[in-house]
Amino acid sequence: MYDVVTREMIAPNLHLLTVAAPDVAAEIQPGNFVIVRADDEAERIPLSVADWDRAAGTVTVVFMVVGASTDRLSRLRAGEAVPTVVGPLGKPTALDNYGTVACIGGCYGIGSIYPLVRALHERGNRVLTFLEARSSYLLYWQEKLNEFSHELFCITRDGSAGVRGHVSRTLDVLQKPDHQPGQVYVNGCTYLLAKTARELEPLHVPVMVSLNPIMIDGTGMCGVCRVTVDGRVKFACVDGPDFDGRQVDWDELLKRRKQYLHEEAFLVHDSGCGGMRQ
Amino acid sequence: MTQQPRKGLDLHRREMPKQPPHIRRRNFEEVAFGYDPELAVAEAARCLQCKKPLCVDGCPVEINIPGFIKCIANREFTGAIRIIKEKNCLPAVCGRVCPQEEQCEVKCVLNKKGAPVAIGRLERFAAEMEVKKAKMELPEKDPSTGKKVAIIGSGPAGITVAGDLILQGHDVTVFEALHEPGGVLVYGIPEFRLPKMVVRREIEYLQKLGVKVVTNYVVGKTRTLARLLEEYDAAFVGTGAGLPWFMELPGENLNGVYSANEYLTRMNLMKGFRFPHAATPVKAHRRVAVIGGGNVAMDCARTAVRLGADEVCIIYRRSETELPARLEEYENAVEEGVVFHFLTLPVRLIGDDDGWLREMECIRMELGEPDKSGRRRPVPVADSNFTLPMDAYVVAIGNSPNPLIPATTPELETGKWGNIIADEATGRTSMDRVWAGGDIVTGAATVILAMGAGRVAARAMHAFLMDA
Repeated sequence: MYDVVTREMIAPNLHLLTVAAPDVAAEIQPGNFVIVRADDEAERIPLSVADWDRAAGTVTVVFMVVGASTDRLSRLRAGEAVPTVVGPLGKPTALDNYGTVACIGGCYGIGSIYPLVRALHERGNRVLTFLEARSSYLLYWQEKLNEFSHELFCITRDGSAGVRGHVSRTLDVLQKPDHQPGQVYVNGCTYLLAKTARELEPLHVPVMVSLNPIMIDGTGMCGVCRVTVDGRVKFACVDGPDFDGRQVDWDELLKRRKQYLHEEAFLVHDSGCGGMRQ
Repeated sequence: MTQQPRKGLDLHRREMPKQPPHIRRRNFEEVAFGYDPELAVAEAARCLQCKKPLCVDGCPVEINIPGFIKCIANREFTGAIRIIKEKNCLPAVCGRVCPQEEQCEVKCVLNKKGAPVAIGRLERFAAEMEVKKAKMELPEKDPSTGKKVAIIGSGPAGITVAGDLILQGHDVTVFEALHEPGGVLVYGIPEFRLPKMVVRREIEYLQKLGVKVVTNYVVGKTRTLARLLEEYDAAFVGTGAGLPWFMELPGENLNGVYSANEYLTRMNLMKGFRFPHAATPVKAHRRVAVIGGGNVAMDCARTAVRLGADEVCIIYRRSETELPARLEEYENAVEEGVVFHFLTLPVRLIGDDDGWLREMECIRMELGEPDKSGRRRPVPVADSNFTLPMDAYVVAIGNSPNPLIPATTPELETGKWGNIIADEATGRTSMDRVWAGGDIVTGAATVILAMGAGRVAARAMHAFLMDA
């Protein structure tokens, strides 16, 4: 069992979970993910890692409640334990000094972009960090991210913080003569990844997206996370999760993400009163 | 009391009572109930106790088959299991899933009369009788050697090595990537063919002997093999054939298309058949096609039947004669209403605008000249294409060895299929202090062959550890 150190809601419907998993914490690198089960009946779900503490042996993830399994995770309290935290899974993100880089995070990705921002800063990059959200109340970790960011920008759809708009507004900055990035990294929901990859095409640089498709084992055994990249089928769990977003078949991936929407809704809305079963 | 020799040959091979098809189509409980003592004793009495028992030659782990059968015939059930366990640490598993018809039973002299002794069923019986006893007998262990062994993967090969080396006094730790130990026995083979309780019992037995089992630990990711060897004197890699093959057909990434691994893992390990009580979601498909003709294909089709599909078919490109599945599994599938489309090959999957599978296009095949495997090669019949409406398509055409350890262990020499190269006589690999066996070496094969390879490696590892 893996002890829950903290679990708190850091923005509406967004939760931070820190668990004691010393074996995972010892080896984890930016871009890795873990698979977590909330209890013995729960699904195995992949979660991007937002932070870790090797000395304390802890791993931190940020997740949004979207279905039954994340709902169960969101009810955990410090002192409880979960039966599975396995990792680090996936290939670590390839990191180098690219001069200027842009890191874009939305939703849980504001958390999971943090290790990249930190590592890219440590490698001497000038890191431009962009946080994307529907509204200001969905932003978090600005100070934490600011520490390793050359500049930090917020984009909200309602304009309640930073500039008003969607991820395309990053171009206002990234197309300035001295802001052209050598590489872009994006973390967040599949829709954000797809939209960013498309909108940033004019930059003509790799847009590295951290994919988060449906998985079971996370070790290449089941193949449910398959995704078409540059015309070839890849398993996101072992070949990724990072790919150049310009080469991903987004239409296919977005449809695959929705496979269990109906079943998830059943689990979330069935409060136990029996209403959904009728 | 010893059984009196019989005058005439008893050619009545005793059947195991089974759940009737119309009942078992709707539950995940085991299909066959197993022998009761009367049936078992009667079946055991048919054994001729050959002076040179050919059945033993057919057994990959050389169980003293006439010996344990004689015990059963004499109602010495404890003696029977003791004899089996000298060679096989997983009798409850092997009694159920070994292909006896091509191993021990095919060699039985009574097979010439069409009625070989039901060795597998008797093995299963002996194992079940032991469970019914209040206390499981634990064998004596050799004094501690102080040597530490890491076993990677808790499937049949790893379990065998663990069972052998713990008895020889070594300190054994088994690392399992998934959250439950047992490998293919828990994620792959369905409950109705191998109840998970049986596997759990075998693991608990090993733990009682002192084997440490670490789950949620992916060697190659959580730690590399090289790093593990800093703490252990020797390692055995038995990580199996876990990389699913797809056919690379147009439409294979449509929703509703599964690898057999995904389909079975969702249902078995993740308990999908208890959705929504267990949270891993499962689709209620109405029409399910399974591609392939092996035991895994039968498992997938029979799982689909139990999940309530209206129509379940198996698509196989050769004919009934070439079907690689065990006859028993094929018959079970037919009884449960699975439809077989022989000499048929899928060529294209067709979906709707939302990305869901709706139809599959197939082509008829005919058998041509024999190929390298000796089987007649299926060739497409021109202009014979036809479509079938379909909501789900399960690819059960095989697996490659799991690449996680080879990919992170450059010291390990691998073959063309990504399999680890290991010496057949010892299981030794190109990496110092590392042995390997089972599907990771041979590609997908059977439980008992993996156990045989484990036995071979355990012997070599023990010799190495005592020498060092």
